[in-house]
Amino acid sequence: MTPNPTLSANTAPIYLDNQSTTRLDPRVLEAMLPYFTEEFGNPHSESHRYGRTAAAAVERARRDVAELIGADPREITFTSGATEANNLALKGAAHFARAHPQSEPRDHIVTLATEHKCVLESCRRLAEEGFRVTVLPVAADGLVSLDALAQALTPRTLLLSVMAAHNEIGVIQPLAEIGALCRAKGVLFHTDAAQAFGKIPLDVAAMNIDLMSISGHKIYGPKGIGALYVRRRPRVRLDPLLDGGGQERGLRSGTLPVPLCVGLGRAAALAGAEMAEEAVRLKRLRDRLWMSLARRVPGLRLNGGAERRLPGSLNLAFPGLPAQKLIEACPSLAVSTGSACTSAAVEPSYVLRALGLSDALANASIRIGLGRFTTEAEVDFAADALAAAAARHPAAETLSEAHRALT
Amino acid sequence: MKRAETYLDWNASAPLRPEAAAAIRAALDHCGNPSSVHRWGRAGRRILEEARAAVAALVGAVPEQVIFTSGGTEANNLALAGCGRARLLVSAIEHGSVLEAAPLAERIPVDGDGIVALDALERKLAADPRPALVSVMLANNETGVIEPVAAVAERAHRMGALLHCDAVQAAGKIPLDGRALGADLLTLSAHKLGGPPGIGALVVLRELDLMPQIRGGGQERGRRAGSENLPGIAGFAAAAAAAAAGIAAYDDVRRLRDELERAIAALAPGAVIVGAAAPRLPNTAAIAMPGTPAETQVIALDLDGVMVSAGAACSSGKVRASHVLEAMGAGPELAGSTIRVSLGWSTTETDVARFLAAWAALYRRRRNLAEGMRAA
Repeated sequence: MTPNPTLSANTAPIYLDNQSTTRLDPRVLEAMLPYFTEEFGNPHSESHRYGRTAAAAVERARRDVAELIGADPREITFTSGATEANNLALKGAAHFARAHPQSEPRDHIVTLATEHKCVLESCRRLAEEGFRVTVLPVAADGLVSLDALAQALTPRTLLLSVMAAHNEIGVIQPLAEIGALCRAKGVLFHTDAAQAFGKIPLDVAAMNIDLMSISGHKIYGPKGIGALYVRRRPRVRLDPLLDGGGQERGLRSGTLPVPLCVGLGRAAALAGAEMAEEAVRLKRLRDRLWMSLARRVPGLRLNGGAERRLPGSLNLAFPGLPAQKLIEACPSLAVSTGSACTSAAVEPSYVLRALGLSDALANASIRIGLGRFTTEAEVDFAADALAAAAARHPAAETLSEAHRALT
Repeated sequence: MKRAETYLDWNASAPLRPEAAAAIRAALDHCGNPSSVHRWGRAGRRILEEARAAVAALVGAVPEQVIFTSGGTEANNLALAGCGRARLLVSAIEHGSVLEAAPLAERIPVDGDGIVALDALERKLAADPRPALVSVMLANNETGVIEPVAAVAERAHRMGALLHCDAVQAAGKIPLDGRALGADLLTLSAHKLGGPPGIGALVVLRELDLMPQIRGGGQERGRRAGSENLPGIAGFAAAAAAAAAGIAAYDDVRRLRDELERAIAALAPGAVIVGAAAPRLPNTAAIAMPGTPAETQVIALDLDGVMVSAGAACSSGKVRASHVLEAMGAGPELAGSTIRVSLGWSTTETDVARFLAAWAALYRRRRNLAEGMRAA
């Protein structure tokens, strides 16, 4: 591979924040562009050609999204993104259950301490409305204990929400086992798959997933679009979050943004076609980065388990070196201290705290996300830049001396 | 040869303005989450805040008052569900996203021209002291009738109520000043004014605690969570700026629309222009061809390459009488035979002529059919 010209000094930074958002794939852009311009019809205008062309494009996209998770196209509801999908799944299921009480009511929701803010905030809102919410801890590797989960699910539990692959630490939860547990107990299983969809195999049937949140801009698709998978058999019923024209079978009103739907569909199709090969490539780059850094940075530590992990994701603690300082020392790298939504916040990541990290260690951690457009040269450049910054830092020097003294 | 196509369904969705296309194209090339603190994120943040200022300028607001949403429907839902008012009063001709978001709301009637009944509003407000929100649209999507929103606001405020105004159809077609209107909350949609679909805004023109409906990462100052749809927002802003700058183009649109209506009246004395006596948007004509179901008209026009609708796009697939026309007192005969013809800034004389030719041909066929049946 030819060296990337951007690797010289004083140019655009190397983008290693692919959990936050991803660059739009040119092939996705190409698919979308006609629907921004000449094919601008409202897909709900069934009475004329522009509307029907738009509607047909939306339905093709729906099929592509469904296919990637083994769903029926009718089980895919387009939303404005994963945040809305998560809100719809949790509040929709809870509000429907409250409005249609069974003889044995279910008013209990279980989730994990490491879930995305939009799941935790939706749960907090539901708790304010009188639902009971249990927030389970995770182990040091970021995974939930199946025993603890089994104990937490009671006959009153309506829904369990567990992120498929984690946005900060990249760990992949045992979805099939969790799904089987939920199915056995009659609990709805929702998974926030914003980071997992298109990157690891997901099968709603094999994993007994009832609700799945999907994002476009995490898989080289457009921003402003996502989807919620809603199981039809057995039927999962939700109260809508947005009411209006009754689009999306009444579950989500609002004119569908055709170019964005088309973009999500194309992005899903590409991710599906290239998943196996791309996972191997990213895993190799990720391991190369990890080994290159671990060799040179004393005390470097991987946050979250190493085995069950997204191919392109690393969360690293540089003991004694505050992440902000490290990031400032590497202006040529775009990396983050955690979730973009909270990355401007100064307090340590609640996710890393939930893994048992001290405030100091959590504050010394950065998130690295390799993606489709990341090259080996970029990974090597990043490793050099991070290792050099760590070596320059006094705290690291002290550590390094201690390390030498010990060996 | 490709058959000529005449698009006269602008109220369903407008074609993308070139300025918006360029802004979207540029933003699509930019990869960065505006919440990220690194350089790519900060560049995204700049695009976001410049766009917020442009959208604010369209309605005479300040940038901090603009909350980006996924569209008009979400903005309407956020206004009604998030305002925290126990009592909701909505006009009977509101868009489905207002009526369905507040199914228990009290309905304010309209008169035969489609104008909201101010005296009825006053009586309703006086009858119940609970803090209320009144929701009245600026211009109706089916008839184009413009509501006396400033007068509604004056009455609402006098009684301690808030006013929400769905300005989705009016924005970009008539000059718009949120403060002059007296609206406390204003809904906008990008794709109705030449921006992309999938983006809109709720403009909050007064200090009030809005309860978020989509919760999460704290974007939009905690009022609407979710990673920002940056290309959509950039396209919205470019379209808003172009719409504000090009508002004079609607003088020509009005002239075309008026010509179209005059031609219809000359052709078919029995035809009715719904709401003609009221102030209306310059681009909208709701035309009844009595005796011919709207669906029949829409299909026949479509076969001739002319695209119009039988009502709001979101419900145009359903065979159901328009709640707007019903509220105006139209009987099932009139309501069932009314189509919506909506023009836009690039509509030409030729478009109007094609529509008139197709409409006249259908009208004659239907008249001959009716005469034939009478003769037999």
